[in-house]
Amino acid sequence: MDDDQGIGRRRWQLAALLSAPLLWLGVAYLGALAVLFLSAFWTVNGFTGEVVREFSLQNFRTIVTEEVYRNVTLRSLGVAVAVTLICVALALPMAYYMAKVASPRARHWLVIAILTPLWASYLVKAYAWRVLLANDGPLDSVVGTPGYGLIAVIIVLTYLWLPYMILPIYAGLERLPDSLLEASADLGGRAGQTFRGVVLPILVPSIFAGSIFTFSLSLGDYITVQIVGGKTQMIGNLVYANVGAANNLPFAAAIATIPVIIMVVYLTAVRRSGALEEL
Amino acid sequence: MSTPAIRLSGLRKTFGPVEAVAGIDLEITDGEFFSMLGPSGSGKTTVLRMIAGFDRPTAGTVALGGRDVTRLPAYERDVNTVFQDYALFPHLSVIENVEYGLKVRKVPRRERRARAEQALEAVQLAGFGGRKPSAMSGGQRQRVALARALVNRPKVLLLDEPLGALDLKLREQMQVELKQIQRDVGITFVFVTHDQDEALTMSDRVAVFDAGRIAQVGTPEAVYEQPATPFVAGFVGTSNLLTGAAARSLTGRDGTFSVRPEKITIGAEGAPGTVSEVIYAGPVTRFVVDLDAGARMVVVEQNRRTGKAQRGERVQLTWQQEHVIEIGGNRAA
Repeated sequence: MDDDQGIGRRRWQLAALLSAPLLWLGVAYLGALAVLFLSAFWTVNGFTGEVVREFSLQNFRTIVTEEVYRNVTLRSLGVAVAVTLICVALALPMAYYMAKVASPRARHWLVIAILTPLWASYLVKAYAWRVLLANDGPLDSVVGTPGYGLIAVIIVLTYLWLPYMILPIYAGLERLPDSLLEASADLGGRAGQTFRGVVLPILVPSIFAGSIFTFSLSLGDYITVQIVGGKTQMIGNLVYANVGAANNLPFAAAIATIPVIIMVVYLTAVRRSGALEEL
Repeated sequence: MSTPAIRLSGLRKTFGPVEAVAGIDLEITDGEFFSMLGPSGSGKTTVLRMIAGFDRPTAGTVALGGRDVTRLPAYERDVNTVFQDYALFPHLSVIENVEYGLKVRKVPRRERRARAEQALEAVQLAGFGGRKPSAMSGGQRQRVALARALVNRPKVLLLDEPLGALDLKLREQMQVELKQIQRDVGITFVFVTHDQDEALTMSDRVAVFDAGRIAQVGTPEAVYEQPATPFVAGFVGTSNLLTGAAARSLTGRDGTFSVRPEKITIGAEGAPGTVSEVIYAGPVTRFVVDLDAGARMVVVEQNRRTGKAQRGERVQLTWQQEHVIEIGGNRAA
């Protein structure tokens, strides 16, 4: 009898403890997503500009049928994939140097060097790149500049999200015992074989973990695109244009579901690799 | 005279200000079971790593089968290593682990599968090939690591404290098996350990390491019965060191002497002393006796009779003259 009461009381305490975060998760987070999804099926009255709260598939029909939306979606996907791949290519040697080559002292400084830019404002960094990439800018006078456009967007997004790729790979490499690398060399494996046969397979979950950041942050970005993208448009820019200039909130919501769907598909795919345990 | 499997000449290794290996000259014969014995930090593992090619010597050379390999990287040396933590690849199955060396050397798929299965059989793990290392026990992982090294048929197998993580029963069983495998395959084993029992029971020869140098090389019997330095006498087995006045009054000579505990008898005559400790250990009992002459002696007696000496009892110790070993170079007698 006493025990039952004790358990009951403990259940209440647990419920009270969890209520605030659960409320936050339920209302503020999932609720907002639900409203977004719901409003995507509404329309806007062309004359009054008022939201018509009636179920309609018109927004999605427009997105699927009109070529411009397909192009922007594919371009955004392409940018996200390119940024992720370049980040992997850059992060692997950097993280390897940090975790396995540098002295413990240098390692600390390198981690700090990787983390420091994350404190600086996103806008400042993007505008700094705008200056760097300008015609007749500093970069132009040394090696030439691609100018504002798709290439510039990929460069700047790669720069912005690179730390999010380096850190999980670095953590994965730190956990990789040196003896595994020595064992591979001992069995006749050269550096390249050791990398392909041992390091890379063990790092796959870490790389996927990093890619979740680089991919999703690139997919939804619109500020960098505005600053260095020239005429380039990505999904985020379409959402922004429809919220602001066009004042069509339901259509903006419909466009915004595209990256959400892509991310759900992507996360479901990488879940099998064990990447989610690496976050 | 045949070329030694391994020849180390003037081998030194410093890490910053620390001298881990301070000049080692050593020849290991082909087909020998050779142990490097010493406390942690005595440089034995560093020597092994320089033979494997993981560490470059600061000075000196490493020759394998008469060929100088000092500058060769690990992947070009005909040796294989069993690591202390086994270092099995966690993403590969057991059979893929064993195959790794053959795959890297481009042995055709069917041949390497057959050889890997054979190697697993040799370590009594037939049928375990499909498992992941994480699903194996410590003793089984140990065997996988052994199979992974042996499948390449190296000239020399290096073992870095491979039994350290196993419990006592399993360790004793693996000691017998390792010795058997070494006899079967006939290759040189270099075995690093800090466990003197292990070194004594398994080896053809033992090198005792002390502070980056080899204090003594010899057969287990020679190292145990005729220790060259007080360190060897103390590290290999328990030994009763007699020095100074105690040495003079008990042996009649000047110098440093050692008497092994099992060579001493508690009897009705001999050097008088008081029992200060009685430690019962199953088959034997250890007595610590403080001799009136000033030395503290450990005596081991088999538990064959009842009514043994008690703590605080006055006893007399005897030993035969031939069991008194003089330690160090200058022979006074």
